[in-house]
Amino acid sequence: MNYEKEEFFAPGHGMCAGCAAPIIVKWVLKLAGPNTIVVNATGCLEVATTAYPRTSWRVPWLHVAFENAAAAASGVEAAARAKGEKLNIIAFGGDGGTADIGFQALSGMVERGHNVLYVLYDNEAYMNTGIQRSGATPWGAWTTTSKVGSANPIGKLQPKKPVARIIAAHNAKYVATANPAIFNDFKKKVQKALSYEGARFLHVISSCTTGWRHDPSKTVEIMRLASDTGIFPLWEVVDGDLENMRITYKPKKFKPVEEYLKPQGRFRHLLKNPEYVKKLQEQVDAWWAKYGHHYNP
Amino acid sequence: MKPGYYFWSGDIAAAEGAIAAGCRFYAGYPITPSSEIAERMALRLPQEGGKFIEMEDEIGSIAAIIGASWTGEKVMTATAGPGISLMNENIGLAAMTEVPIVVVNAMRGAPSTGLPTLIGQGDLMQAKWGSHGSYEIISLYPDSVQETFDLMIDAFNYAEKYRVPVMFLIDAMLAHMYEKIYVPPEDEIVRIERKRPTTPPEETLIYKADDDLIPPMPRIGEGYKIHASGLTHNEKGYPELTPQAQEKLVRRLNDKIRKHAEEIWKVEEYKTEDADVIVVAMGSESRSVRLAVDLARREGIKAGMLRLITIWPFPYKFIEKYNVPYIVAEINYGQIYHKVREYTQDVELLPKMGGEIHKPDEVLRAIRRMVQ
Repeated sequence: MNYEKEEFFAPGHGMCAGCAAPIIVKWVLKLAGPNTIVVNATGCLEVATTAYPRTSWRVPWLHVAFENAAAAASGVEAAARAKGEKLNIIAFGGDGGTADIGFQALSGMVERGHNVLYVLYDNEAYMNTGIQRSGATPWGAWTTTSKVGSANPIGKLQPKKPVARIIAAHNAKYVATANPAIFNDFKKKVQKALSYEGARFLHVISSCTTGWRHDPSKTVEIMRLASDTGIFPLWEVVDGDLENMRITYKPKKFKPVEEYLKPQGRFRHLLKNPEYVKKLQEQVDAWWAKYGHHYNP
Repeated sequence: MKPGYYFWSGDIAAAEGAIAAGCRFYAGYPITPSSEIAERMALRLPQEGGKFIEMEDEIGSIAAIIGASWTGEKVMTATAGPGISLMNENIGLAAMTEVPIVVVNAMRGAPSTGLPTLIGQGDLMQAKWGSHGSYEIISLYPDSVQETFDLMIDAFNYAEKYRVPVMFLIDAMLAHMYEKIYVPPEDEIVRIERKRPTTPPEETLIYKADDDLIPPMPRIGEGYKIHASGLTHNEKGYPELTPQAQEKLVRRLNDKIRKHAEEIWKVEEYKTEDADVIVVAMGSESRSVRLAVDLARREGIKAGMLRLITIWPFPYKFIEKYNVPYIVAEINYGQIYHKVREYTQDVELLPKMGGEIHKPDEVLRAIRRMVQ
């Protein structure tokens, strides 16, 4: 069945104008169809889609604690399987609920091989509680707990946790990074993830106008720049075979990282010092020098 | 901060009070309504030569401050709601291994995710009984931004003096409420430091208590043989899994607080001397109760308020002191009410499930009912 014309994620929710998370969720559900159960970690998505007395969810939806979406999804899946039911079980979590507090549960779910699709919408900080840094916050980003000032002119000092590679290293059935602004690639990966059986993980970049500090009308443009500058590479790995990682998208010519930094307030301080921009460009170049040969569209 | 007047929220006052008390290490994980404490510490601790780290969750946060406390630093974390539930295993560890820590819990509507931005007082019993086992900790609960700052200094002093976790309760209303506050000059702030061993390492047993039942605490890495374990342990700190060792250790862990309870008790007795009825209240709730007491007095009813500032150890002597009917007004379905009932039969519960404090009228009606 093709459900692309149907909405399982109803409009009228309270996500911010320009937030990318609803684009991701809407399309994952369109491609999954009605035979779906959603398990949702605490976060913006949970809070803003269920404002009293309404909900955006037209499929069964479980909100669990912050740290346990993957564990609760494991329970739903194991019990449904024991009863012989075939369902799409999809967990949605932000970067906190996935890469930090929820990481133990996610690791367990993948290791046990539950037939769950886990979708990380990664807005690169704890936006729901007011923009605190997360393990997925990139190097150099300002947050309210990686402040920028004389004591620390850079912001976050550590690089982004490579959560998708870590999950792939669990030998998950299917792991991919995706970007809704590179839509065809994103859609293909969601379809592919849905077609496999086993633990599947999609790491989807998701801009946050409030936390990234950008014009809400520029969401798609900025997210596109994340991949066109090479900062957020798009790849996939099947059965944990990281040696045969496949990079699925590469711009004809990489744009300089400044273009991604410029429209975002969280990086404004980096632009004041060419050394910082250079350092970030070097990080990106190093990634592509190491993995670029995996490009295989 | 420079002495003087500021306009701060309860969260900011908690952070600044901690810094004034000498706290130089904070590990935390943001959660409403306590996140502003972490944000303030992220800004201020580097300025004070301290260290702020954000952890991957609340379990990591409290474990990190337990580790940091062993280096001799004064340490704090802050959380709320689901976060405090996650921290409870480590509260028991800190009690068992006698590590001074201060944990702020900004109580919000519960259970579970509940009402993240609205008040609750559902964690009063959990503050004492949250971790498994029978142990004593200290818990304090202010009712204003000023008192949050002032009492935080006591919280650190108690943690250091008694080598015990201090659960510093505030609530969502106080956390986010802004008030004028006075920061006293440096020489008016009294700081207590933990006892350190006076004997050389080879003559020191790290869990051998002095007459006050509190063992001196060495810094980890300065030469003392530190063997800290959550297992039942002897004076060396080595595991000793016997009923005798358990009796000795757990009795002391409880007694070191119980025997000093009167030094730790703080209450406010508002118009209680001649009262015919007393309302017991805590935190933001007491601000409404105070008005209700005044309104009752205007009607000729001699009402008073007993505001518990120390929640644990429970200041029971103040309940026994008055031979009058009590009302316990709290934002839960009966917690401190049961403690009060241990000491008097004449007590009524005025509950609220959370989200707001009682309106003064509601308290006034309960006072009228009680004296009829």
